[in-house]
Amino acid sequence: MVTFNLLFNAVVTGVLLGGFYAAVTVGITIAFGMLDIVNIAHPVFIIMGSFVAYIVNRKLGLDPLLSVILGAPLFFLVGVAIFQFYHAAFEKSGKGSLRGLAFFFGILFVIEVTLLLAFGVDYRLVQTSYIGPNIGFEHIDLPLRMVIPFVGSMALVTGLHLFFSRTFIGRAIMAVAQDEFALSLMAVDTVTVRQLAFGVAIATAAIAGGFLIVIQPVDPSLGREYIGRVFAICVLGGLGSIPGTVIAALILGIVETITSTLFGASWAPAVSFAALLLTLAIRPSGIMGR
Amino acid sequence: MRRHQMKQLRLTRRHFNRALVGAGALAASGSLPLVSASGAEPIKIGFGMAQSGPLGGNGKAALLAMEMWRDDVNKRGGMLGRPVQLVYYDDQTNPALIPGIYSKLFDVDKVDLVLGGYGTAVQAAALPIVMQRKQLLIGTGAVAVNEKYKYDKYFQMLPNGSTARTSTSEGFFQAAMTMEPKPKSVAILGAVTEFSRNVILGARENAEKYGLKIVFDQGYPPNQVEFGSIIRSTQAANPDVVFVASYPPDSAGVIRAAYEQKLQTRMFGGAMIGLQYSELKQQLGPMLNNVLCYEFYVPAPTTNFPGIKDFLEIYQQRAKDAGADLLGFYLPPYAYAGMQILEKAVAATKGLDPTALASYIHANAIDTVVGKVTFAPNGDWAKPRLLYVQYQGIVGNNLEQFKKIGTQVIIEPQEFADGKLRYPFSASG
Repeated sequence: MVTFNLLFNAVVTGVLLGGFYAAVTVGITIAFGMLDIVNIAHPVFIIMGSFVAYIVNRKLGLDPLLSVILGAPLFFLVGVAIFQFYHAAFEKSGKGSLRGLAFFFGILFVIEVTLLLAFGVDYRLVQTSYIGPNIGFEHIDLPLRMVIPFVGSMALVTGLHLFFSRTFIGRAIMAVAQDEFALSLMAVDTVTVRQLAFGVAIATAAIAGGFLIVIQPVDPSLGREYIGRVFAICVLGGLGSIPGTVIAALILGIVETITSTLFGASWAPAVSFAALLLTLAIRPSGIMGR
Repeated sequence: MRRHQMKQLRLTRRHFNRALVGAGALAASGSLPLVSASGAEPIKIGFGMAQSGPLGGNGKAALLAMEMWRDDVNKRGGMLGRPVQLVYYDDQTNPALIPGIYSKLFDVDKVDLVLGGYGTAVQAAALPIVMQRKQLLIGTGAVAVNEKYKYDKYFQMLPNGSTARTSTSEGFFQAAMTMEPKPKSVAILGAVTEFSRNVILGARENAEKYGLKIVFDQGYPPNQVEFGSIIRSTQAANPDVVFVASYPPDSAGVIRAAYEQKLQTRMFGGAMIGLQYSELKQQLGPMLNNVLCYEFYVPAPTTNFPGIKDFLEIYQQRAKDAGADLLGFYLPPYAYAGMQILEKAVAATKGLDPTALASYIHANAIDTVVGKVTFAPNGDWAKPRLLYVQYQGIVGNNLEQFKKIGTQVIIEPQEFADGKLRYPFSASG
C-alpha cells in the first residue's frame, strides 16, 4: 500500500536523482544546445571521469570527489584539444554535422576500448565515509551517497549559470550560441569562444563522473546507458538552457522514482519518455527553450 | 621472444578484425594456428569467449582457466599425442557476432573441436550452428539452452541442473523454510532481462511450492540508477523474505539501498549476479553480511574436491597478470572442469569423433576439480548443486578474508552445508 511517507520519500529521492542527472546532462546542454555539436561521446567522458575518481580513491586513498579538482582542468584541456581537431577537420569545411557525429561516435569507442584495456571489464566502486550512512528527518531517510552528489551537482549548475550570465567569457559563449555570425561581424574570434565552451562542457564530465561512481559501480561500457537519458533531458530542458536542464532533470528524476513507487520501476523509462513527448507536444521548444 | 612474437601477432589480428567489423566492433583476439615443436599437427579447440561487454569479466576468468588446462595438458604430452591449441575470439557478450565467429572457426581456422562461450545468449546462438555441423559442444554458464533442441552432443558446465529455472532459486527457498517460525510471505524483485525473468518465473513457482504468499513482485529496467525507492516499496509490503534476481551493477545498488534503508526482513538475497566477483565482494565488504546468495564454489570442508586447491592456487597467481577475477571461485573451476571432461572423453574414445565423445560423456561420471560430474540427457548436470551461501562476519574490505572458511557459509544444499543460517536479516551486519 502506498502511504504518504512512501510517496514523500519518492519525491525527495527523485529530487536527489534529478540533481545528479542535471550534472550528467549539463555538458550536453553546452555542447549540443549552445554549440550545436552532437557530442554523443559525452557519457563516455563521464565514465572516464569516474575512472579518474576511482584511481584517486584506490591508488591515492583520497576522496573520489577530489578527482573533481584533479580531473576538471585536465578534461578542460582535453575538450579544447578535441574541439581544435573537430573544428579543423569538420566545421571549417562545413561538414560538421553528420561527419562530426561519426567523429564523436569514434571517440566514444576509442575511449571505451582504452578504458577496457587499461582497467578491464570489472565493475569498479569507490569507498568513502558517505557511502552507507543516511541522514534522516521525521519522515525522510536520505542516503548520503545521493545527497552529496546532489549538493555537488547543484553547486556545479549554479556555478555554470553564474559563469554564463555574469562573466565576460560566459556571455561571449551565450552570444555565440545565439548568433555566431553576428558576433563574427564584430571581429570576435568565435572559434576560440566555442573552443573554451567545449572545454567547459568536457570539464563538467569529470565532475559528473566523480558523482556517478559514488552513486553506482561503473564499467567502461556504462556510458551507453546514459546516452538516451542525457539527450532527452537536454531536449526537454530547451536545448542550451542551464535552468531548463535542471528543471527537466528534476522532472525526470521525480517521475522515475514516483513511477517506481506507484507502478513498479520497469514502467519508469516508459513514463519518463511519455512525459518528454507530452511536454514537447505542448511546448516543442522545451521547457526553457526560446 | 617467441611469446612476444605471438603477442604481436595477436594484436595485429585483433586490429585487422576490428577494422573488418567496423566502428561498433571491439577486438577479436584469436591465437594464430601454430605448428608444434614436435611437428605433430595440434588439436585445435575453437570458441568465442566474452572478453568485453557485460560478461567480459567472467569471460576473462574462464579463458584463463582454459589456458591453464591447455598448458597442463600440453605438459602431459597433449591429447592423442598431439599438442592442444586454443583458437578463440572475443564475442563481446554479443550473440549477433556468434554466427560469424563459429563459421570462421569451422571454415577458416578448421578447428577440430568447439566449445561454447560464457552466457546463455551466446551459447543459444552457437548451438544451432554446432548442431548443423554435428559437432560436440561443451559450454559454461548457460541456462536452458538445449531445452528446445534436445541436442544429444550438448553439455553444460553449470551446477544449476536440468531444471535450471526453478533450481536457481530452490536453495534460497529451502533455506527460508528452515527458519522458525516458518515464513509466510515473499517479495520478489529483479531486472527486466532474460536471466532475471527466467529466475523470477522459477522463484514464483518455488514460492507456490513452499506455500509463500507473494506480497511484492516487481521488475526494474537494466539501467536503473536509484534503488532506494524500490527497497522502500519492498519494505512497505512487509515480506518475511526478499528474493532478488539481479545483474552486477543492480546487485550492488540493491545491497547498498537495503543497507542504507536498514531493510527489515527475516531473510534477504537471491540470485544476485556479481556478488561472486572479487571486485564487488571487496568493495561491498561488510554490507554483504547476512545476505544469502548463490555461489558456484566457496572454500569449505565440504567442497574440498580433489585438485581444486591446487587449481585455485595457480589460478590466483596468474589472475593478477591476466587481469582476471582475483579469487576465481565463480566460473574458472567449472571452465577448467569442462576441459577435463573433454580430455578424459578424448583419451577414453581415442579419437575426436563427436558422437563417440558425447556417448562417453553421457555414460560416465567424470572426476573433475568441481567433483564428480554426471549429465542428464539434455546435457545439463544430472543433479543440481547450486550453493546458497550466507556472508557472515565480513569485516572491512580485505579480499583475503573471502579465501577463508567461515566468511561464506554454505546453507544449502544440506549435504554441503558448513554452518547455520543467521536470521532475521540485519543490514547493519
